[in-house]
Amino acid sequence: MIALSDYLIIGAILFAISVAGIFLNRKNIIILLMAIELMLLAVNMNFVAFSYFLDDIAGQVFVFFILTVAAAEAAIGLAILVVLFRNRQTINVEDLDSMKG
Amino acid sequence: MSFERIIFYAFAAILVYAAGRVVTARNPVHAALHLVLAFFTCAGLWLLLEAEFLAIVLVLVYVGAVMVLFLFVVMMLDINSAPLREGFIRYLPVGLAVAALMLFEMVAIVGVRYFGPDQVAIPARHPEGYSNTAELGRVLYTDYVYPFEIAAVILLVAIIAAIVLTMRRRPETRYQDPAKQVQAKKADRLRVVKMSAEKKQ
Repeated sequence: MIALSDYLIIGAILFAISVAGIFLNRKNIIILLMAIELMLLAVNMNFVAFSYFLDDIAGQVFVFFILTVAAAEAAIGLAILVVLFRNRQTINVEDLDSMKG
Repeated sequence: MSFERIIFYAFAAILVYAAGRVVTARNPVHAALHLVLAFFTCAGLWLLLEAEFLAIVLVLVYVGAVMVLFLFVVMMLDINSAPLREGFIRYLPVGLAVAALMLFEMVAIVGVRYFGPDQVAIPARHPEGYSNTAELGRVLYTDYVYPFEIAAVILLVAIIAAIVLTMRRRPETRYQDPAKQVQAKKADRLRVVKMSAEKKQ
């Protein structure tokens, strides 16, 4: 049978891949948003695994809320991206320095 | 090796492959499609964990709505992805090193030693007739009803924010203003000019 550690390690691998993705694609905002989605997926995986192995449905309720917030975040992030591209004709993070941050 | 274990490893391998392609794909469309694959396989893994409702929600909401939105945006923006790939090779060593270190640390904590089958007992399968959806709904509408309503408000705010952000009035486009149309009076448009009748030529 599959142990809890197997699911947790899958979640850890997903999280590590998305962290590496943020390092590698630091100029492309779209890939950065996708890496964030992958991170949330890894977190959700842990929640669902703990919910099953501890026999507590609350973990799945949390996943439900995380999915809600992630959908809202993706919608607003992509809307900002569209406005950004309309104004600057680029989505390169390097070119977005008008605030000199 | 049981059949369940074979399924688990197959799904896990596909999931890791898809996630790796998401962050390394040259084309953003390929990255989005591999993210769809990752969500599908993750839904499969959640079915193994008896979270049927969330697995279906992941496919319907995430693949059906969020990823389609991603694909729309990727295809709508005319992106030259060559300059966006700059620095990929340069940051490859540090990215891999940080990821490997994080993976090592996390596996050391969540590995077999503390969360293995000896430490956390594998629960028995739910009996026939058990409904994950009914159970989740019962908890969601009783214990978590206020968070549920807050989630609804968050979605409403997201809808309004997305519309307000992307809506624009182009000055060159002509449009009708019904309020002004209704307010228009006869006197604003029509001018009666008194003049003497002209003689026939």
